[in-house]
Amino acid sequence: MKYIDEFKDLVRGSGILKEIVRLATFKVSFMEICGSHTHVICKSGLRALLPDNINLISGPGCPVCVTSQPEIDAIIDFADSNKDVIITTFGDMLRVPGSSSTLEQVRARATDVRVIYSPLGALSIARQSPQKEVVLLSVGFETTAPLIASVLQTAQAEGITNLTVYPLHKLTPPAMAVLLDSKDMRIDGFICPGHVTAIIGADAYGFIAKDYKRPCVVTGFEPLDALFAIYMLLLQIKEGRADIENEYKRVVSGTGNARARAIMDHVFEPSDALWRGLGSIPMSGLSLRDDYMGFSAAKRFGIDITKYTDSSKGTLDCRCADVLRGVINPAQCPLFATACTPTAPQGPCMVSDEGACAAWYTYERTAVAL
Amino acid sequence: MCLGVPGKILEISGDMATVELGKATVQVSMQLLDGGTVGEYVIVHAGFAIERLDIDAARKTLEAMDAFGELS
Ligand code: SF4
Repeated sequence: MKYIDEFKDLVRGSGILKEIVRLATFKVSFMEICGSHTHVICKSGLRALLPDNINLISGPGCPVCVTSQPEIDAIIDFADSNKDVIITTFGDMLRVPGSSSTLEQVRARATDVRVIYSPLGALSIARQSPQKEVVLLSVGFETTAPLIASVLQTAQAEGITNLTVYPLHKLTPPAMAVLLDSKDMRIDGFICPGHVTAIIGADAYGFIAKDYKRPCVVTGFEPLDALFAIYMLLLQIKEGRADIENEYKRVVSGTGNARARAIMDHVFEPSDALWRGLGSIPMSGLSLRDDYMGFSAAKRFGIDITKYTDSSKGTLDCRCADVLRGVINPAQCPLFATACTPTAPQGPCMVSDEGACAAWYTYERTAVAL
Repeated sequence: MCLGVPGKILEISGDMATVELGKATVQVSMQLLDGGTVGEYVIVHAGFAIERLDIDAARKTLEAMDAFGELS
């Protein structure tokens, strides 16, 4: 495919790889925030090509994975006790283990749970079934939140009243600050998420360069993009710089997509959010503004998150919380590839394609065994 | 989730565009962009165009990558 295939060819990157090997005379750890980057790094076999000095850590960039256990439990309970509503959500949500069930199991118990590929799908279901309540369980970062906002604007304009949303959106920069403040490990540089940054703009990471003196490189989603970003980060460190650089100029600008942000800001306002692994982070989530409160599923159906506690862990030994903070890699979880596999996932990181455990299971198991 | 794929706009009608994504043709909302032109490439995420793809910038990045090959 055009503007994809050209960036896939790692042979084209052999010169970059040589430079990386030349520069990597010291140990560094880089974190890729985005789950899609984790996926491409694992799938392309990049880790095996890189010098041992370079440690790539996966971050909290899989939206399903960072959704907290109380929230997962709340939505599963809601779905289980409301057989007359239509629940719409993205596919990854179905198999995430709750404390006692999954949405997939709830669906087998006769709740109408439908997988959508776009939030526009929820809107068309609401249009087609005006006598039914349609609930959109929406997860995602800054890339996805404007889409949900746009759908709600349309619903508002059309006077659609049978659509509500349970927003579980998360904002990226506040989580990066928490990781940088953590004493668990040191991150020497960030591979910044290309499509989140398409919306928020590369300038949004200014505080990381300025206050934390760590380099950031925004990059695309093909193997060569990831490779080039690693080179750019290494070069910055070698030259003693901490700048925000952009490898993904074909899509991302310094200021991002102002129109998408305006739509998002019109519908949502920042609020505190609970992350799996990272805990509660101030102003790292999105709540509906007063004008859009009519679309709140929590309000309409009285979903009360305070009834659920974080001690209601899905599976006791799942180490997703540590995987998401980059404290361990998936293979260091005792359940990895034994009790926990993609067919029998014990935690969300093994469910989603973007989850680090699933990516490691699919692509890095041989490397682990060696 | 943040998966975004580049596709070429074939047709625009109101807020929606027909976009060629590899061998498939999909309907995409253009509500998050300030307009769009037939022939332009956009990044498609979950049924929406979230940004344009700048072809010159893509070419420049590839040239920068290829320059390494010549060094070695
Ligand atoms: S391997 Fe499974 S149990 Fe272990 S952290 Fe990953 S998802 Fe959780």
